[in-house]
Amino acid sequence: MLRDAVLVAGKDLRIEIRSRVTLNQVGPFALAVLLLFGLALGPDRQVLAPASAGLFWIAVLLSTVLAVQRSYAVESADAARDGLRLSGLDPAGIFLGKAGAVAVQLIVLEAGLTIGVALLYGARLSGALVLAAACAAGTLGLAAVGTLYGVVASGLRTRETLLPLLFLPVVAPVLLAATKAWDAALAGTPGRADGWLDVLVVFAVLYIAIGIVAFGPLLEDE
Amino acid sequence: MSRAQFSPPADRAGFALRLLGATALVGVAATVWLGLFVTPPDRFMGNLVRLLYVHPPMAWVAFLAYGVAGLASLLYLWPRTTAPHFDRLAGASAEVGVVFTGLTLVSGSIWGRPTWGAWWVWDPLLTTTALLFVLYLGYLALRRVPGDFHVRARRSAIAALIAFVDVPIVYFSVDWWRSLHQAPTITAGRTYVHGSMAWTLLLGFVSFTLVYIWLMAHRYRLAKLNEFEDAEGLEVALAERRAEAVTG
Repeated sequence: MLRDAVLVAGKDLRIEIRSRVTLNQVGPFALAVLLLFGLALGPDRQVLAPASAGLFWIAVLLSTVLAVQRSYAVESADAARDGLRLSGLDPAGIFLGKAGAVAVQLIVLEAGLTIGVALLYGARLSGALVLAAACAAGTLGLAAVGTLYGVVASGLRTRETLLPLLFLPVVAPVLLAATKAWDAALAGTPGRADGWLDVLVVFAVLYIAIGIVAFGPLLEDE
Repeated sequence: MSRAQFSPPADRAGFALRLLGATALVGVAATVWLGLFVTPPDRFMGNLVRLLYVHPPMAWVAFLAYGVAGLASLLYLWPRTTAPHFDRLAGASAEVGVVFTGLTLVSGSIWGRPTWGAWWVWDPLLTTTALLFVLYLGYLALRRVPGDFHVRARRSAIAALIAFVDVPIVYFSVDWWRSLHQAPTITAGRTYVHGSMAWTLLLGFVSFTLVYIWLMAHRYRLAKLNEFEDAEGLEVALAERRAEAVTG
C-alpha cells in the first residue's frame, strides 16, 4: 500500500513539476486572496495582524479546493483514470498517494503564505514549532477530505461547483482548530495550542482512515 | 404499466399513510391551539415561550432525520444489507431533515432576537446546526446529479457518512471555541416546564415526529416513482402513443 502511495504521489508531483500549474496558478491565486483580504479589512495593521491566522487558513482552504480539482483534472484527461484503475495498484495506496501529493503542494504553498502574512499583515512569527505542527496536521486533514470528495465529484458534470460545497463545510473544524493554534503561537503563548493540535490530529487520522476504506469503491464507480 | 402507477396508492399502505397524515395534522393543530391559547405565558419569557412548543420539536426532527439518513447510508454500504430502499430512505430522510433544519434556524432566530438581542449568536449548538444545514444541502446537491442508480447511491452514501462523522467533531470544536452555552430546556436535568406547558411540548414532539414520518414516506414514494419513470417512462409513453395510433 505504501509503495503504491509513493508511486502515485511521485507521478502527481512529477506532473506538477513539469506542468507547474499549482506554482503558476494556485500560488498567485492564494497571494491574490491575501491582498484582497487586506483591501477588505483596511490598511490598519492593528486590525490585520490579529486576523492573520484566520485569513491565512481561509486562503489555504480555498487553495485546497483548486489543488484537489487540479489533482483530478490530471486523471480525467486521456482516460488516465481508467489507466489508474487497471494498473493493479491498491486503491488505498492511490488515495494516500494522491492525498500526499496534494499535501506536499499545500505545504509549499503554506510556506509562501506564511511569509505573505508576515510581510503584508505584519504578523510576528513566533512559536515556529506550533505553526509547523498545525500546518502539518491541518494540511493532512484537508488533503484527505479533499481527495475523498474529489473522487466523489470527479466525473460529474457539475464537479467544479459541487466540490467546494461538499468540501468547505466539512473542514470547518480544521479552519477553527488551525486558526486557534496559530493564534496561540502568534500571540507568544504556544502552550495554549496543544488541545487544538489534538483536534487537527484526530481529524486527519479519522479522514485518512475513511479514505483508505472508502476510496476503492468510489474509484470503481464511473 | 399504465397511468395508475403514478396515482396515489389506493391499497392498505396508502390508507395507513393518509391516516398518518390526518393524525399528524390534528396533532399539529392541537399543538398550535394549546400553545397559542390554552397555556399561560411564561413568568420570565412572557409570550415568547410559545415559540418553544415548536422549536425543540423541529430541532429534534432534524437530528432524527439525519440519524436515520446516516443509518440508512451505512446499511446501504454494508454488503449484507445493501438494498435500493435504503438509498431512497437516506435521500428522503435527509431532505426532510434539511427542511426542518431550516425551520429550526428560523424559529430559533426569531426567539433569539428578543431574548439575546440578536438574530444570531455564535453559540455551539447554533453554529453546528447552521453548518449541518450547509453540509446536507451539499449532500442533496450530490444526490441530484443524474447517473446510474447504484453509482449515485454508493457515492451519496459515502458522502453522507463523511458528513455524519463530521458532526460531533464540529460540535465539540465549536463548543470549545465558544461556550456561552444556552442549555437545551429539557435535557438540562432541571425540568422546569410543567403542567399544560409540558403536555403541549410533548404533544409538539409527537406530532412533529408524525409529520416527519408522513413527509418521509411521501418523499420515499416519490423517489420510487421517479426511478420507475426513469427506467420505464419512455416505454410507457411509446406504448400509449402506439395505442393512440391504433384507436384514433
